[in-house]
Amino acid sequence: MVNKNARATNPLLGQDHWNIQLDENGRLKHFLTIEGLGSEILTEILDTAENFTGVNNRTVKKVPLLRGKTITNLFFEASTRTRTTFELAAKRLSADVLNINISTSATSKGESLLDTLYNLQAMQTDMFVIRHQDSGAAHFAARHVAPHISVLNAGDGRHAHPTQAMLDLLTIRQNKGHDFSALRVAIVGDILHSRVARSQIHALNTLNTGEIRVVAPRTLLPANIEKLGVKVHYNLQQGIQDADVIIMLRLQKERMQGAMLPSELEYYQQYGLTSQTLKYAKPDAIVMHPGPINRGVEIESCVADGEQSVILDQVSNGIAVRMAIMSMTLGTSAQQTGDEK
Amino acid sequence: MKPSSAILIKQGRLIDPANQLDAVKDIYIENGLIIAIDDHIDQAKNSAVQEIDAKGLIIMPGIIDLCARLREPGLEHKATIRSETIAASKAGITTLCCPPDTDPVIDEKSVVDLINHGVKHAGHSHIVCLGAMTSKLKGEHLSEMAALKAAGCVGISNASQPITNTLVLRRALEYARSHDLTVFIEPNEPYLSNHGCAHEGAVATRLGLPGIPDAAESTIIARDLELVAAIGARVHFGRLSSARSIALIQQAQQQGLKVSADVAIHQLFLTEMDLSTYNSHCHVLPPFRELRDRDILRQAVASGVVQAICSDHQPHEEDAKLHPFPATEPGISGLDTLLPLTFKLVTENILDWSQAVTALTSAPAKILGIDKGHLSIGACADLAIINPNKDWTLETTKMKSQGKNTPFLGWNFENQVVHTIISGQLIK
Repeated sequence: MVNKNARATNPLLGQDHWNIQLDENGRLKHFLTIEGLGSEILTEILDTAENFTGVNNRTVKKVPLLRGKTITNLFFEASTRTRTTFELAAKRLSADVLNINISTSATSKGESLLDTLYNLQAMQTDMFVIRHQDSGAAHFAARHVAPHISVLNAGDGRHAHPTQAMLDLLTIRQNKGHDFSALRVAIVGDILHSRVARSQIHALNTLNTGEIRVVAPRTLLPANIEKLGVKVHYNLQQGIQDADVIIMLRLQKERMQGAMLPSELEYYQQYGLTSQTLKYAKPDAIVMHPGPINRGVEIESCVADGEQSVILDQVSNGIAVRMAIMSMTLGTSAQQTGDEK
Repeated sequence: MKPSSAILIKQGRLIDPANQLDAVKDIYIENGLIIAIDDHIDQAKNSAVQEIDAKGLIIMPGIIDLCARLREPGLEHKATIRSETIAASKAGITTLCCPPDTDPVIDEKSVVDLINHGVKHAGHSHIVCLGAMTSKLKGEHLSEMAALKAAGCVGISNASQPITNTLVLRRALEYARSHDLTVFIEPNEPYLSNHGCAHEGAVATRLGLPGIPDAAESTIIARDLELVAAIGARVHFGRLSSARSIALIQQAQQQGLKVSADVAIHQLFLTEMDLSTYNSHCHVLPPFRELRDRDILRQAVASGVVQAICSDHQPHEEDAKLHPFPATEPGISGLDTLLPLTFKLVTENILDWSQAVTALTSAPAKILGIDKGHLSIGACADLAIINPNKDWTLETTKMKSQGKNTPFLGWNFENQVVHTIISGQLIK
């Protein structure tokens, strides 16, 4: 149980790195990273999300919680799944949604992130959902927007993708129960470039997961990753041995350039999850993937579509988790405005 | 700079390590030169002499800063020769060494002349230039080093641009040696740095910042030292950041190679931990490394393996730092803090006064091969007068550099420059 106190004793956690996420009452104001959020808040998000899964299964999939609020999806990187689920989540909460795809918009004309934010802020946005290629972009936005605006991180560089981590936790909880301390979780693939993996590691540690392993060749592991509270494995079979949860990460095609890996074939042979390798895990292990999946690169089709796969559950949970986080962050600020009046 | 009338500085503590002097003295300056140093000097014969009471103050040679980007020519929206030499002159810095990565690059005489022209008309401190080692700093063709030397360049450098072709480097070292020029190297292996913006370690991993391993610095030092050993060139390694680099330099010095080194003052205080809040003012190249590296850099200055401390001054406009961390421009505006930070090392018992003053004055002068950094009779009167018991806090409004980009805002200091005298002229 090396991970139990990994967060509390980690001297690398800077002082006010995460505090801007919470308001003076300790309520969620922004959602930028899992780091610095306690298990109570994570559990509250999961419980709230669980309630919203009911809404998503109704014929009329809408609640009026955020009526009159404007949510701006500001995506500086291409995304289908994440942006769509954020949009659906906002619409099911009755908010007005603005989708802005910046790779075809202002910054190609030279506008800075700050100017883009200020302009949209002037249009009375209540929340920014931001995806950006630079690590720290969501923190940067949260520091500079007006005090009544919430910022949700939809992925910043290699740093964090906290809503993905939360939907993964929800999926694990639905399948494996509320006690994470009994679980052995293996995260397999390109950890180096993965904001998903970093957020998952923090989230799993916060909920006291029994053992977290990362499995990859050294070229795809960031320096000192074990200091985040994980065990490192270079070998897939050993890495997923007796695992309860296997999280496969997407391997970007461009990793074949720049001498990260010799070939897709060799990667698949060494690290691809197949029906053969899956046997090393526990028989009831679940297989997860943040998508989009590369069949035949990191995962065999029959595993991705197999009985142990919960990949599509993750997608459905994405909507509920994002509804939960949106309502919690905007709910806080709505309450504050009410108090002022 | 016109030589002013005479100045008599009374009863200051004179720290002049080049002359093994640390004592309370009077010092008399006239026509830009140091005329006399004695226990007591009377000024009865001349009432035009300006007298400075320096009781309780420290008098030291003016600082020689081995690396300061003035941003002129080319980036005058960040800073100018005028703005930065004024800042230097208020900060006890009397000579600035300008690396060749201006725009245009200092790779021909006309650019040296351009800068000297700017200094003549707007300069408030001395400036010396390093010439480019290769044409346009591209690492392909040798620059006209002899012509650059004749134009006044005190050494050659490829600044932050790496020379990846080792044959070009070998020939540059050979050619520089033929013309008795010191080669100034900022060691960086660009393939290993790979557009990183933070030390490759636990903090960069946590923050998801692309990392630069310390091997990006030390592999180049190891390569270059092999060439130095073969060629016998005189090489100075600047802006070191890692413990591995120090080990290599120390080994080379023990073998008798003509190798010197400097460190930027901020590397002696900050580490990767300071990036924790994505503070873009801590975005520097080479990056802040681990606590152990910082401590070994400090020891290396104390032991003399690293001879000099510089500001690595890189002033920026505010916008340059107003982006997500990786998109910000690297560098710290360092002129205002070079002296107070260095003397903080004395307060912290890392260096004694003599070591600290040496690292800022006589050591960099020796590296540059210029006759400065000492308070000898007949020497150019460049000196700084310091109050060692003045508590103050750094605020942007107190900064004289046009660039306010510093991670040291809010820091408290005990030493403050009271006066700078440059060529015998008291800077007001």
